[in-house]
Amino acid sequence: MTTQVESTKLTADTVLSVRNLTVDLPKGMERAFAVRDISFDLPRGEILCVIGESGSGKSVTANAMMGLLPPLIRVSSGEILFQGQDLLKLDEPALRKLRGRVVSMIFQDPLSALNPLMTVGEQVVEVMAAHDEGTPKSRQARALELLTEVGLPDPALMLHQYPFRLSGGQRQRVMIAMALALEPDILIADEPTTALDVTTQAQILDLIQQIQRKKGMTVLFITHDFGVVAEIADRVIVMEKGLIVEQGVADTVFGAPQHPYTERLIAAVPKLRQDDRAARSKDNDPQDAPVLTVEKLNLIYRSGGGWFKKLREVKAVQDASFTLHRGRTLGVVGESGSGKTSLGRLLIKLLESESGQIIYQGKDIAPMKESDFRPLRPKIQMIFQDPFASLNPRSTIGHIITVGPIAQGMKKADARTKALRILEKVGLDAGAYARYPHEFSGGQRQRVGIARALMFDPDVLVADEAVSALDVSIQAQILQLLDEIQRETQVAMFFITHDLRVASQICDELLVMQNGRIVEHGPPSQIFHAPKDAYTKELVAAIPGSDHALQKV
Amino acid sequence: MAGYLIRRLWQSIVLLIIVSMIGFGVLHLTPGGPLSQYALTPGMTQDAMDRISEQMGLNRPLPIQYLDWAWRMLQGDWGTSYRDQQPVLTVIGRHLFATMLLMVSSTVISIALGTWIGIRGATHRYSTFDYAATVGAMIALSIPTFWFGLVGIYIFSLELGWLPAGNMYTIGDGSVLDYLHHLILPSIVLALVNIAIWSRYMRTATLDVINQDFVKTARAKGVSERRVLMKHVVGNALLPMITLAGMQLPNLLSGALVTETVFTWPGMGRLFLDSLGYNDYPVVMGLLMFSAVLVILGNLIADIVAASIDPRIRLA
Repeated sequence: MTTQVESTKLTADTVLSVRNLTVDLPKGMERAFAVRDISFDLPRGEILCVIGESGSGKSVTANAMMGLLPPLIRVSSGEILFQGQDLLKLDEPALRKLRGRVVSMIFQDPLSALNPLMTVGEQVVEVMAAHDEGTPKSRQARALELLTEVGLPDPALMLHQYPFRLSGGQRQRVMIAMALALEPDILIADEPTTALDVTTQAQILDLIQQIQRKKGMTVLFITHDFGVVAEIADRVIVMEKGLIVEQGVADTVFGAPQHPYTERLIAAVPKLRQDDRAARSKDNDPQDAPVLTVEKLNLIYRSGGGWFKKLREVKAVQDASFTLHRGRTLGVVGESGSGKTSLGRLLIKLLESESGQIIYQGKDIAPMKESDFRPLRPKIQMIFQDPFASLNPRSTIGHIITVGPIAQGMKKADARTKALRILEKVGLDAGAYARYPHEFSGGQRQRVGIARALMFDPDVLVADEAVSALDVSIQAQILQLLDEIQRETQVAMFFITHDLRVASQICDELLVMQNGRIVEHGPPSQIFHAPKDAYTKELVAAIPGSDHALQKV
Repeated sequence: MAGYLIRRLWQSIVLLIIVSMIGFGVLHLTPGGPLSQYALTPGMTQDAMDRISEQMGLNRPLPIQYLDWAWRMLQGDWGTSYRDQQPVLTVIGRHLFATMLLMVSSTVISIALGTWIGIRGATHRYSTFDYAATVGAMIALSIPTFWFGLVGIYIFSLELGWLPAGNMYTIGDGSVLDYLHHLILPSIVLALVNIAIWSRYMRTATLDVINQDFVKTARAKGVSERRVLMKHVVGNALLPMITLAGMQLPNLLSGALVTETVFTWPGMGRLFLDSLGYNDYPVVMGLLMFSAVLVILGNLIADIVAASIDPRIRLA
């Protein structure tokens, strides 16, 4: 590793270098350090990507560079050299002068990164005011200039808007405008596109790259997505459990990864499959009678409508028609707000449809009352997105997965026997039965969520972003598990995702949704390689790393 | 906003009608009644009693009495006190100043101190200060106000002789300084419970905000720690507190009742207790309506202030 660092120093003009940095974690955490003995250089005018899964220490490294570590986490040794001085030795006022002026940072969640009580303009101006730059008038003018530069629509009006009026992508643009206000040397971007839709992500990545080139800025880009790395990185650092396992020029790391962990990460990136899934499993005939038929389903959200307010209507789902078949997966892709989650909730009747039919076992379940539908409910099950929020922290795993069947009339002893069998099927051991959710990792919890759904021997499984909250390597495992379960139980799956690569892995057919309407419907091969609708084309083009060697496997 | 205000006004009116009906009904259920004070007058006859009862309108059915009272009240005639034969509004007006003085001063003390303790507890979590504030709040909450009042009088009036033991002013003095001197003890005693409540809520609200991303964004921009705290943290933490302040108002009124009694403060709390003892229905009803209006106004003002600060409420 050291030799590599030395060689970097020779070839590029270094803006900042991290030397043997070790950051301790408080006692009682899963390991004693957040990062240990890491060294790297930030070459001037390049984009350096730090990639790793959650808990790898990549965010801690970035925060240490800004002097923004939480008080409980302390740097125990090492140095961060910038213009000949060690940032770790600077006092708070000196560090404060550097923040925003020399090093700027943007964060993952644009929805919470802006102060809800200040207008966009006030927040951009604040950066300049904090560093006594310009006059109130010139700051205002500069803010307008910045908002224009980051491509926000109607920047003059935008200055006076409050953040809650802006979309996620627009807020991230505001963050970038703030970060650029004083033309810093270094921009640290901590997962800036993770919370965004694919198309928005593509736009933001493009913007960062454009600005970096125009200003010759140095960017440290933190991500967990190799697709994103492939899109923008000049150099890559791979981190695992607080250690740097590999670093080098992007193409080299992709082409010939040295470390097995890098290989595994690259292999785990969901790839756009070229072949359709049906071709891989011939045991299902799509001509079978469908398990569930949906006809012209509509959902309208209404808000307002009091004495003095005008009624507002949002058509969340419009005329959706499709069929679900035994042993096959229908995927739904689209951006947030496209209506895909609403559609999923309609299927399990967590929402009441406005009009249309859902035909299951020869009956239309759409207009059914809850009491009539209840006996059918076990047969249509759901797997939720957030494995941390969807399990009751005060219940044992055993209780979580048996409470439903027992409420539906299963005997306690039978439920327990079945639960143990299903836990094994989803890859957890019998010991899990008596343990509590906090003892499990995200991937394991998602397995519990799947086990819970399987307890009912469902005919239909609705998976709403079931792998979105997981690291790539865990994601691949869960997808494989779902695939195995489907082969075994022949359950029909309705798979909601915003990630087209994931969709291509598990779906037999795809629906593309936009603004509540299904704009395209077909097998993945058609959607990805011969998209007909303009919106589908846009979505496919936005897949990160799509034009890179990474996808050509 | 206008539509919202009109809706709130309607709700308030309905609420006031319900409160007045319950109050009127319950009051007339109490044994004794305003006539009992005449019953012991030497030489009183049943005939005279009936005449007084008719004069006061007490011989009519209760609903008629209520409607009569309500109708007069709407016209601004809140009735005449049985006790000193003066209009109710005049009687209340005479005591209003004393109560307002006490409430405003104790509110200022409790919000200022409570906010400061809460913020400091959150920024210095698990410090000695934080633990002391937690224990202090538990003590203030678990011991009744009158006990603090009595202990305060014992220490500062009887033993040390620094502060007066009661009353609002010294007869024959009445300067601003004299008023302030009398105000110190009762306003602090009344504030104690509210400091405790306010500081606990403020601590939680601050902790909720302090780990939010936008606070980190502000730091990353190079904003000074002082401004991060005052502008970004406290600004957002105070939002839920405004609603709380509106709800605290009735607590303050009932707290004043006890405090005014302990310190012989000539305010509405004592007027209420005295009037109850005399079965002075018009004054009791007047005070009841007055405090109901105050509570409703407090909540309304809190909501309006919250809306004016938070653009998400104002503009959505």
